[in-house]
Amino acid sequence: MSTATPVTTSAPLKAERPSAAKIARKRLSSPWASLAAIVLAVLWTLPTFGLLVSSFRPERQIKTTGWWTFFSDPTTTWDNYRGVFGEEGGVNLAGFFVNSLVICIPAVLIPMTIAALSAYAFAWINFPGRNILFLAIFALQIVPLQVTLIPLLEIFVNIKLTGTFWTLWISHATFALPLAIYLLHNFMREIPAGLIEAARVDGAGHVSIFFKVMLPLLTPALAAFGIFQFLWVWNDLLVALVFAGGGDEVAPITLQLANLSGTRGTAWQLLSAGAFVSIIVPVTVFLLLQRYFVRGLLAGSVKG
Amino acid sequence: MSNTASTTLAFFPFDTATNTGEKVVQMLMALLLFAAVMGVILFFAGRFGGRRGDKVVAYLYLLPAILLLAVGLVYPGLRTIYQSFFDAAGTAFIGLDNYGTIFTDNDQLRVLGNTVIWVAITPFVATAIGLIYAILVDKSRYESFAKALIFLPVSISFVAAAVIWKFVYEYRPDQGNVKQIGLVNQIIVWLGGKPQQLLIESPLNTFLLIIVLIWVQAGFAMTILSAAIKAIPDDIIEAARLDGVSAWSMFRQITLPSVRPTVVVVLTTIGIATLKVFDIVRTMTGGQFKTSVVANEFYSQTFRADNQGLGAALAVLLFILVIPIVWYNVRTLRQSEAS
Amino acid sequence: MSAGLIFGLAACGGGDDSDSAGGTDASASAIDCAPYTKFGDIKGKTVTIYTGIVTPEDKPHIDSYKPFEACTGATIKYEGDKAFETQILVRAKAGNPPDLAIVPQPGLVKQLVATGKAVPAPEEVSANVDKFWDKAWKGYTTIDGKFYGAPLGASVKSLVWYSPSEFKDAGYTVPTTLAELQALSDKMVADGKKPWCAGISSGDATGWPVTDWMEDFMLRTAGPEKYDDWVSHKIPFNGPEATTALDAVGGYLKNDKYVNGGLGDVKSIATTTFQDAGLPIVDGNTCSLHRQASFYAANFPKDVKVAEDGDVFAFYLPGPDANTKPVLGAGEFVVAFNDRPEVKAFQTYISSDVWANTKAKLSSGWVTANKGLDPNNLTNPIDKLAGTILLDPKATFRFDGSDQMPAAVGSDAFWKQATSWITGQDTKTTLDNIEKAWPK
Repeated sequence: MSTATPVTTSAPLKAERPSAAKIARKRLSSPWASLAAIVLAVLWTLPTFGLLVSSFRPERQIKTTGWWTFFSDPTTTWDNYRGVFGEEGGVNLAGFFVNSLVICIPAVLIPMTIAALSAYAFAWINFPGRNILFLAIFALQIVPLQVTLIPLLEIFVNIKLTGTFWTLWISHATFALPLAIYLLHNFMREIPAGLIEAARVDGAGHVSIFFKVMLPLLTPALAAFGIFQFLWVWNDLLVALVFAGGGDEVAPITLQLANLSGTRGTAWQLLSAGAFVSIIVPVTVFLLLQRYFVRGLLAGSVKG
Repeated sequence: MSNTASTTLAFFPFDTATNTGEKVVQMLMALLLFAAVMGVILFFAGRFGGRRGDKVVAYLYLLPAILLLAVGLVYPGLRTIYQSFFDAAGTAFIGLDNYGTIFTDNDQLRVLGNTVIWVAITPFVATAIGLIYAILVDKSRYESFAKALIFLPVSISFVAAAVIWKFVYEYRPDQGNVKQIGLVNQIIVWLGGKPQQLLIESPLNTFLLIIVLIWVQAGFAMTILSAAIKAIPDDIIEAARLDGVSAWSMFRQITLPSVRPTVVVVLTTIGIATLKVFDIVRTMTGGQFKTSVVANEFYSQTFRADNQGLGAALAVLLFILVIPIVWYNVRTLRQSEAS
Repeated sequence: MSAGLIFGLAACGGGDDSDSAGGTDASASAIDCAPYTKFGDIKGKTVTIYTGIVTPEDKPHIDSYKPFEACTGATIKYEGDKAFETQILVRAKAGNPPDLAIVPQPGLVKQLVATGKAVPAPEEVSANVDKFWDKAWKGYTTIDGKFYGAPLGASVKSLVWYSPSEFKDAGYTVPTTLAELQALSDKMVADGKKPWCAGISSGDATGWPVTDWMEDFMLRTAGPEKYDDWVSHKIPFNGPEATTALDAVGGYLKNDKYVNGGLGDVKSIATTTFQDAGLPIVDGNTCSLHRQASFYAANFPKDVKVAEDGDVFAFYLPGPDANTKPVLGAGEFVVAFNDRPEVKAFQTYISSDVWANTKAKLSSGWVTANKGLDPNNLTNPIDKLAGTILLDPKATFRFDGSDQMPAAVGSDAFWKQATSWITGQDTKTTLDNIEKAWPK
């Protein structure tokens, strides 16, 4: 019933859309608005751009002249990237790449699933202690990771999991839960109550509502959270440092990059190149999944 | 210990995987095991129906999260609170002395003050920039490219971000043939000024560090808020437009109220991230030159100065600082419940 | 000679099959395997070693273990980690320590022993240390009468880097007393130069180079005995001796005429990384003198020749007179968390003169105070200089004081206050604040 209305009203709207969008663009793309957007974009990109340019400049030039002099005196070198891929040291960056992927996939999927179920319970099921429990989990976001390191490691030692990926999967999943539950709960609350009520009236249980009503609507939001969680896990250094103890078999690429600059070095040239190697994957993932953001965090059918 | 794997040829799912094949197999096994556990939970949840069964379903849904959180965050959290009443070595009970230190010692008060500045600025500025940018590029021809530019910093680790900005703030002395390599100082020189040692001058340096976090978080705010803007029903916008509403009142009367819940979520998330920030401070100034914040001080007291008690007290202080944010969310939750 | 040995080592490093590797001439002649037979058959066993030494300096370490692996058939698993100093404590406290750790500070050794997870060094190691090291070294890691960490490498901190060609052209001579050092600095000022360059920025350890300066001057103005009392807090941190020493440092580091050559004013010391600070000596000669340890050699670009007749070299930071030679230095210690036979056997190997000489041949930028070391095995000039200073019978060696002080001072208050001192805080406030931070 209530599900039917938006579908019928939005259909004719979609047909008119081109003209509406045209009006919108005309109204909003005043020259000042465009200028502001361009200024912000430039400000946000410039620091990274400077480092990108630097990563192709010879070591001595990086240290003595600004990266903008590159445009009047373009000297490029691949030495910095060669240094990162360890032509001399023989560092096998590919192996660490595999480790990072093996760590990331379960560390994204597990908390996403668990958090989606919990968020559903908080958003759409009435049970005693709901608000208190929700706030407690919400407040857990503030527990600094550092205080959990020794207690968790002790547990991992006792159950003999040290030096395996399990430590990283379990700890990343745990640390992600408070924020994941909080975010997904807020997205779920945006879904009109009518949809759930209708399904309940039809005799659907919470399991089938979760799968048949909630999940399809929530896919973009889950994808969005997935991207953020992926970025955080991919860029994590601290958790990997503590729990990956055991050497090259489980260490992610960030650990290797952190060690790159040498025991005593502040090697700008290696840091700049290393930073770019490490952001290739996250940026690619973002570009691939970006359409979910553009489409909206809740599937279009909820509109109206 | 962990060297058993190297002596046995057989591969077990809980040993250290040594080659790519083993690693992938172990990952798939972990995912299967996880799927099996969730399957069991859903199977049982499916057997309870009706309003009375709701309670059971809810607890079953929450079970995995609560188990993980209890072990991984609640237990360490409680242990930290307990430790905060003990001395540096964690042996002698000293009551509230550690908290006394935080609120009387000049250095620690400075740390507290800095943290307040961080939290008062970062979430609001980052959210505002994210929101403005999301509106500006919404439905424009280059939308996805424009968004990717702002999102870029989000995909960079804090450590890499600190490297990038250290480079921006880099100082070279004002001497004949020495050239600036940091962008900010070069701009100062181009404008006829003298290069400054930006990261030393307090309180300027704290604001310079805050810019780095804003730079990182604005992309997060922008993506979430942009999605919320797109969820505003087209017919509302259309109606307003037909009424000839100006861009500003469109923003005030339609966009802002529609995305308000999302703004609260974004402010909250960035606020908590700000309280916890320590990588940026640690990498850029090491907490020197009066730039330290609670999270960084916690780290250096616990891991550098070997003062567990004081470190724990600082961590507890972070819990306390988050209470206003929790309280604000409780209010919004109640309001949305009432409506 | 040394090239052949490296080749032989590399040849046997490829496979796990130790029998064939042990049979090759190069490794068989490399070391005598007899000392390790008494630990029983340890073939196929693994020893894990965890260190803060990462690329590229880890390679000579790993290679230097190969003769032992060839002898015994045991495997050494090396793990280098930049965050070693905090991670080793976390791992020890949580019960997940490696078999062995290479610890660069006696203070950290004490913290590790306090976790209850470290085990004392075996007899054989103790005997090696008695034989090859100065008595003082054993004292650094003897805690409650038990000896825990055998010293491994050592470094000399009392060095001043300079440009030999600049000295030659301008007619400067290497000073042999503190007074001469000051006279030299003044002469450079008169020649229109800013003689000294310094930098103390080092991430969250910012400030430590000042502690080295102060310790060097403490040794020179108050003498080694007072220095020991100051380090062990028998005399207060802010006493007259310390005040004199820090003011003497201020005579150089806070002197606008002396610093900061090629880098800016006095304050720029605080933001210049210690790695970059000495580079002006070779980059356009805007600075003439830079006080930093022997390991600083690694910071010069590859095309810079570090030698007495090269682009840059170092001289010994002189004592109060030509015959008193206090030497400030540091070193690293091997702490064990396990006493399995293979761990003991490996500890014995790396505390021996055999290992010291093997390592010396493989690395550059590494020295040890192991008396069994033949200085001729050291490969580069600065290592030879450091080795000569360390083994000089006239020298009075003292370990870096801040590395021995409680962590709250040695790796927190001392660094922070020293940084504030550079950016303008006066000597008295600085020392008073550090004294206040000393755990009661």
